[in-house]
Amino acid sequence: MKRELFSFTGGIRFDDYHKRESTRQAVVAAPLPARLVLPLHQHIGEGGEALVQPGDKVLKGQPIARAVSYVSAPLHAPTSGTVVKVGDEKVPHPSGLSAPCIVIEPDGEDTWAPRQSHARDYAEMNPSALRNLIREAGIVGLGGAGFPSYVKLNPGHNPVETLILNGAECEPFITCDDMLMRQRADEIVKGSLIIRHALGARQTLIAIEDNKPEAIAAMRGAVQRLAPEHTEVVSVPTLYPAGGEKQLIYTLTGKEVPSDGLPVHIGVVCQNVATTGAIFRAVYHGEPLLSRWLTVTGGVAEPRNLEVLLGTPVDELIRFCGGKPERCRRIIMGGPMMGFALHAHDLPVIKTTNCILVDDGRQPDLAGRQYAMPCIRCGACADACPVRLLPQQLYWYAQAGEFDRCQEYHLFDCIECGCCDYVCPAHLPLVQYYRYAKGEIWKRERERQQAELARERHEFRLFRLEREKKERAAKRQQKKAALAKETSAQGDAQAKQAAIQAALERVKAKKARQTRENTPPEQGDS
Amino acid sequence: MNAILVLGILAVVFGLLLGFAAVRFRVEGDPLAERINQILPQTQCGQCGYPGCRPYAEAIAIGEADINQCPPGGEATIEALADLLGVEPKPLNEEHGVEKEKRVARINEELCIGCTLCIQACPVDAIVGAAKQMHTVIEKECTGCELCLPPCPVDCIDMVPLQTDIAHWQWPAPEPSPALEPRS
Ligand code: SF4
Ligand code: SF4
Ligand code: SF4
Repeated sequence: MKRELFSFTGGIRFDDYHKRESTRQAVVAAPLPARLVLPLHQHIGEGGEALVQPGDKVLKGQPIARAVSYVSAPLHAPTSGTVVKVGDEKVPHPSGLSAPCIVIEPDGEDTWAPRQSHARDYAEMNPSALRNLIREAGIVGLGGAGFPSYVKLNPGHNPVETLILNGAECEPFITCDDMLMRQRADEIVKGSLIIRHALGARQTLIAIEDNKPEAIAAMRGAVQRLAPEHTEVVSVPTLYPAGGEKQLIYTLTGKEVPSDGLPVHIGVVCQNVATTGAIFRAVYHGEPLLSRWLTVTGGVAEPRNLEVLLGTPVDELIRFCGGKPERCRRIIMGGPMMGFALHAHDLPVIKTTNCILVDDGRQPDLAGRQYAMPCIRCGACADACPVRLLPQQLYWYAQAGEFDRCQEYHLFDCIECGCCDYVCPAHLPLVQYYRYAKGEIWKRERERQQAELARERHEFRLFRLEREKKERAAKRQQKKAALAKETSAQGDAQAKQAAIQAALERVKAKKARQTRENTPPEQGDS
Repeated sequence: MNAILVLGILAVVFGLLLGFAAVRFRVEGDPLAERINQILPQTQCGQCGYPGCRPYAEAIAIGEADINQCPPGGEATIEALADLLGVEPKPLNEEHGVEKEKRVARINEELCIGCTLCIQACPVDAIVGAAKQMHTVIEKECTGCELCLPPCPVDCIDMVPLQTDIAHWQWPAPEPSPALEPRS
């Protein structure tokens, strides 16, 4: 039976995907570096909070940072060694800025912290406990954006029909998921059962682009061997960006995820195949996320995939593959479409690093940007956009600073796939305009909120001053009253005194009269 | 634990107070002034010549003040005001100051003598500290109005630019290409 597939509009079919170069050799572990630099923030959401201090000895797999909120992830020591620094280091980010990191010097022993396997009992665990296990393992989406995985495994009240394992790997040059599917197909299939248990999903669809026949065969083999219920490997047409979440869901189900909604709202959850593999290792072997597979390709003598400890500097990987990091024109983290150029050679590999693409100036498909020319209104960008946006209009309003109009044209639905950019004959840096516009809109929103806060606080202050004034006035009033009372009290006392005085006078007078009456009459005159 | 509890309670209390103030203190005024006030940056610096944003908004509403007197708002605010009032935008009146990047106050805690004069000057109560105790500025709440600078007897307050961290970094606009230069 052949499954009916749906094709999304737009997209790009490249002439050469440059996938062959890096899939010729089996994956090996990269050598242990002298220093591992682990940024606390390697994923979408909030960064972790360090649990260690310089000088601490750590074991492999020991937690070194904890998640601080719901959308956050812990971090673990990738090998045993000593923490030498907790502080700012340069991190791989388009900004080139520094951020808090934990630096570990490995001791070369690779001694594990205690691990606990749940291979046998995970099916009896309730989904929430299972999710917690995956959260504690620090697993985030390994396909690119790096959303903490356990969040996606919580469907809330939404019933989940389908789990989609994303093995499309649609961007040129990147082959790490391809190799993982070839070499660890069983682990991925077992991982999918764990996820399905957490979600209560009915079926699993494993989507792989049809330019990866070996991976498709390996995954089909694993499905046959392990015979999980309702699991199907689906070969999808090779068309960038088929691996975009919304594009893949549409291809497989014909359903569109609403613009402001999540896949789970239409009963679908997507997980990348490498993430699924990591979930398998966490549950079956009690191994947190410590390393990942990634592709080193482009201008290196031996393009290949490596198993790399998180925190390993990129330049050592390039040298291991026979490249010269100092002589590169650019080192791109990620693929040619969605990746970004690194600002230094020795930045560390993080959880979301799927590819190190070396541009040594001799790669025909990595030509740098050409001069942008004015837009000729050819409409090629709109034809290429997989989200059916109008990139030309978006560009126009973004460069004019009319960000409200950008929003009217659904700027925030743009997935920054770069298709419009790629086809634009005028070489306009369209995606950068969209990123810039998004940033400006966020900034304005932040400023608006701050102004709102300032207004409230200012009004509260005025209110407070007013109240204090009233209170002071009231106090004065009170004092006056008290004073008045006192004076009146004094008056009373005088009156009393006077009364006493008067009484005394009267008594005196009386006495005087009595004495006069008792004396002989000749002295009286009354 | 106790600290968290206390802070939590404080937060609730302040929240209630603020809420109460908002209701109690709602300025039943002119809706136009209200809309103008919405546009103003709420820095409360007084550079416009009025003791705060709302009085300036009221002055604009009755036609007493011009729309180009607010330096912190700068061009964007003038444009928004012009748009709202249906008048032509005009350049900022430099008599009131120039538009500059937002900065926040920072108290040099070594020098602070705890005189509380800055606290009394801050229009948004963003400075905390008691008498004879070192004061600090709550950076998140400082509007950058600079009103706390003149009263400080030991000149220990500096205005510093906000540090950009990765969370607040944003993509810059693309470099203009020579081919896109506007033809004059
Ligand atoms: S980058 Fe955005 S606008 Fe351009 S093709 Fe992709 S989704 Fe469409
Ligand atoms: S592809 Fe480029 S030149 Fe053509 S309409 Fe789009 S932005 Fe303009
Ligand atoms: S100048 Fe200062 S007080 Fe006046 S409106 Fe602008 S921010 Fe508010």
